[in-house]
Amino acid sequence: MSFEIVTSSYRLRTRRRAPWQAPLRIGLYSGAAAVYLVLVGLFNALEQQSLIEELFPLGQAALAACLVVGCFFATREGRLATRIASGALAGTVAALVFDLLFLLQYVPDIRQVFIVAAPRLFRELNWGLGDPIGAAIAVAAGALIGATTGAVAALPLRPRRAVWSSLIALVAVGAFEEVLIVALQGASALKPLRRLIFAYDALSPIGALLVAVAGAAVAASWPRGGVKTLLPAALQGGPHRRRALIVLLWAALLLSPLIVNAYYAQVLLLIGLYGLMAMGLNVELGFAGLVDLGFVAFYAIGAYTVALLTSNNPLAIADLSFWAALPLAIATAATAGFIFGLPVLRVRGDYLAVATLSLGEIVRVLVSSDALKHTLGGAQGIIEIAKPAGFGLTLGQPWQIYYIVLALIVVAWVVSRNLDRSYIGRAWAAVKGDEDVAQTFGIDLVGYKLLSYTVGAAFAGAGGAVFATMIGSVYPASFQLLISINVLAILVVGGLGSIPGAVLGAAALIGVPELLREFGEFRYLLTGIVLILMMRLRPQGLVRARSPASRA
Amino acid sequence: MAEEIGAAAATIVPSLPTRLRQRWADWYRRATWVDLFLAVVRIVILVAVCAGVLNTLVSQRYSATEWFSFIAFGLTIGGIYALIALGYTMVYGILRMINFAHGDVMAAGTFAGYFAATVIDRHGLIDSAPLAALVGTMIAAAACSALLSLFVERIAYRPFLHVRSLAPLICAIGVSFVIEYSLRGFFGTGNRAYPDWRPFEGSIDIAGVGVPKLQLLSITAAIVLMLALHVVVNHTRLGKAMRAVSEDRDAAALCGIDVGKVITLTFVLGGALAGVAGVLYALVFKQIAAFTGFFLGIKGFGAAVLGGIGNVPGAMIGGFVLGLVESTGPALFLDGLGIAAPFQLRDVVAFSMLVMVLVFRPQGLLGERLAAKRA
Amino acid sequence: MTLLSVEDLGVSYGGIRAVKGISLSLDKGSIVALIGANGAGKSTTLRAVSGLTEASGRVTFDGEDITDLPPHDRVSRGISQVPEGRRIFGRLSVRENIEVGALHRRDRAKIAADFEHVLKLFPRLKERLRQVAGTLSGGEQQMLAMARSLMSAPRVLLLDEPSMGLAPQMVAQVFSVIEDLKGEGLAILLVEQNAIAALEISSRGYVLESGEITLSDSGRALIDHPGVRKAYLG
Repeated sequence: MSFEIVTSSYRLRTRRRAPWQAPLRIGLYSGAAAVYLVLVGLFNALEQQSLIEELFPLGQAALAACLVVGCFFATREGRLATRIASGALAGTVAALVFDLLFLLQYVPDIRQVFIVAAPRLFRELNWGLGDPIGAAIAVAAGALIGATTGAVAALPLRPRRAVWSSLIALVAVGAFEEVLIVALQGASALKPLRRLIFAYDALSPIGALLVAVAGAAVAASWPRGGVKTLLPAALQGGPHRRRALIVLLWAALLLSPLIVNAYYAQVLLLIGLYGLMAMGLNVELGFAGLVDLGFVAFYAIGAYTVALLTSNNPLAIADLSFWAALPLAIATAATAGFIFGLPVLRVRGDYLAVATLSLGEIVRVLVSSDALKHTLGGAQGIIEIAKPAGFGLTLGQPWQIYYIVLALIVVAWVVSRNLDRSYIGRAWAAVKGDEDVAQTFGIDLVGYKLLSYTVGAAFAGAGGAVFATMIGSVYPASFQLLISINVLAILVVGGLGSIPGAVLGAAALIGVPELLREFGEFRYLLTGIVLILMMRLRPQGLVRARSPASRA
Repeated sequence: MAEEIGAAAATIVPSLPTRLRQRWADWYRRATWVDLFLAVVRIVILVAVCAGVLNTLVSQRYSATEWFSFIAFGLTIGGIYALIALGYTMVYGILRMINFAHGDVMAAGTFAGYFAATVIDRHGLIDSAPLAALVGTMIAAAACSALLSLFVERIAYRPFLHVRSLAPLICAIGVSFVIEYSLRGFFGTGNRAYPDWRPFEGSIDIAGVGVPKLQLLSITAAIVLMLALHVVVNHTRLGKAMRAVSEDRDAAALCGIDVGKVITLTFVLGGALAGVAGVLYALVFKQIAAFTGFFLGIKGFGAAVLGGIGNVPGAMIGGFVLGLVESTGPALFLDGLGIAAPFQLRDVVAFSMLVMVLVFRPQGLLGERLAAKRA
Repeated sequence: MTLLSVEDLGVSYGGIRAVKGISLSLDKGSIVALIGANGAGKSTTLRAVSGLTEASGRVTFDGEDITDLPPHDRVSRGISQVPEGRRIFGRLSVRENIEVGALHRRDRAKIAADFEHVLKLFPRLKERLRQVAGTLSGGEQQMLAMARSLMSAPRVLLLDEPSMGLAPQMVAQVFSVIEDLKGEGLAILLVEQNAIAALEISSRGYVLESGEITLSDSGRALIDHPGVRKAYLG
């Protein structure tokens, strides 16, 4: 296919603007962000929770956070007075924009448009004091927060860091308070601590103060250079320390499902499952640069293979154990990857993304269709899939399946690391860099792409197999495009091409939203925002992959 | 090389069979096993489709009326695909990137149109001035989509203008997600139904077959808009600037064209067309929801590729072809192959066609060569 | 009268400094040649002047500091570049290519007059107005690129390797047009590999070596300069 290479050095220039324009614009943006937060329903969802008991609901905190972040960017330059002024300006503008929300309630039938626009919402927004007073308070608060942010921004490094990290600590503890409370309740020795920091289901005022002070203390004792100096020191502090760390990590991975309750074991299992799939996509996208949005197809194929081979259902074609079905599922998925890959891999770039996406959708529609109902169960799916069993035990609990996933991850890790470090990995890196150049160097494009696609599909198949046995049933509805995008997002967050990044990304994108249950239906919204922010701010991901040159 | 030989041979003019044999030998010599596999795939698909078509036609399972309504429906949905495809094609032409959020931009437009239509209906305007009411609805939808499209460009494409990487693609997928779930957050999970355009309900008799008026309206509107766009691209300053930028950004800038502005306007124009497409979709299908956009968008992209991406007339043809194949395909060849409930597989037909076009003919129906001759 | 002046112009790509503090000036109705080996930074200098490449230093046009202006704003002020390799719009017709050059102008009558004038300068193009530009020969493409640039009614013309890849006869034609343009009062900054031909029509020449100006003198004097002779005539 002919993809014209557009050689353009053209860059859009940003015009220089007057000094007061930046805070004005940023104020508009952060005000708009706050309005968005309310209208999309996040404010309502967060308002159910308190950051500080009876004092500061989480929703208000989120609005304040919009403001603080905006003012942070508005006050990055200048002397103290300038910063305070621009902070106050940005804050005031943001609050004024936010006040426009109050006008919304006078629009007739506004609830027909925005489902959150109930009278109760507006009462909450103006603290029940009536709109004029509520709006005035908002402006005053905006100006105050802006000015304070400006003043903090003008502080010297250490105190400034202390302020920010105490705020971040507060928000983090507030967001995870449910998890923390449960965790602290588990250990009886920690009960007094829990009583001190947390009231019934949120931070107590004293607790908030303590958390803030702790955050500040951490910042104050932070070494110069931050994490960048801390991490290598831990990793490179001689082979002994490194080995100790690895042992510690393994202990944590092996023991964690035993000490947490069933719910968290389930979360760990999900992280592992998505981590495994992300490692599969990593082989395709991270190593060989193949954008695969139809990844879910192989996941589905793995799941359905296990279902057909092990289920207690009339549709089943065999009565195998999970252990026998697992390699077959992997093999089937890999074969499907190979066969799909043959035609599709001649396409590249954006076109490949669309082709694979279509494949995923074709598989989903086929599986749910009546045409294949007699083989795959149609929309009703296949139920009663056997749990893995061995040595007279049935491994049905999440924490038990977790170990299966962990084992699969280890295998996947070893396979992808060895592939990456071999000549194959270098060929993939060349293909990823520039297909045409790679081809002129005599690299068999189709062969290497196929290999990467097949390996990726195999990992996805393994994930699907585990998924089927974990849920005990498979339905077409479980295999939406959403899964592919989720895996892609995990990989992007973790770092394309980085194997530990895939697992870390899964922890960040699967684990964190599971723990932040307030977000509920908004987690995919956050996934989208995270994708955008990562690409704009840190395209290499959390863990930067080693460059192909250093892979050899 | 091969062309030179061909040119030399042309002076001697060998007979047609000889030339065919030569071409075949040429292909066979160069073909790898992948090519052979693909050739087999082609033949299998061709045979299956032909067998299905023959079987359906011989068994006469569908009456002429039914075929006619399949075709009318195909043209209706095809016109909508074509309008969406224009947005993809223009953006692709200018940036060589796919705007993954385009379908969701369209969905947002359908919502804006919905609210406009509800207000218009409340004032009884649908009954008193149906056409004006429809145009008003379309303008609301187009404005909303255009604005959102501008936002997409700012967030996902502008920062990556000078790099060739996956970043804009992934960023646009993120934007697509944000739009979908924002729509869901704003307007709820339920479907919303457009008001009935009562004066346009009912059918018109064409050659003894009743065709819904709304379908005719939709086809007409799509064709009018496409012609308008064709004029814009070929005969206006903006159109010339767009074509110049799509060929060579640097050279265009050196001609005094504000490249950034042209790119932005391309997104805006594409967004506006998507908004109108959304209204047409909603008129025909009545129901709208936050997630209707994405796959419609993907099909619109399919239409754009089918026609030859970057090619405005191609997008129109691609849209109609895709619409026709999708609407007649299940009856035409799936049913003939004895597949149960073929109409559930409409999307399979559409997406399979998209994949096959991407694989076998990525330059589309109006290939690059024709596109080059166009001016 | 100095129309364009460049002071301490610097350009870096990544960590490599391609142009290191170049200063030069250009008068109305004059030709200045910029010569040097491949990779000396000639084209980069031109791109920095036309705004395609970001640069440090200062570029002044007609008394106005244009250092921060994007390329299209520079064009509308009267600086037009004929890029290296011509870069015509291959899928547009010849007529459309010429029209695109004047897309940013609003003075219809003047545009029509310029159109006629340009066709008079390049009569070959007149025969081919309806043809797709991609099918033109190299020399015709060069003419088209120059015609396109002239349609923006420039006061300064930046020419990047106008003779590259052209037959000798065509080169002579292009150079004679360049001299005509000078006669019309245009200021021309000429980058050329064909150093002697360029210096012959230039009032001033600058020799660039790895991003720095190592020699500058009148065109005649440079042709006679032993270093230049040695480098370009062997």
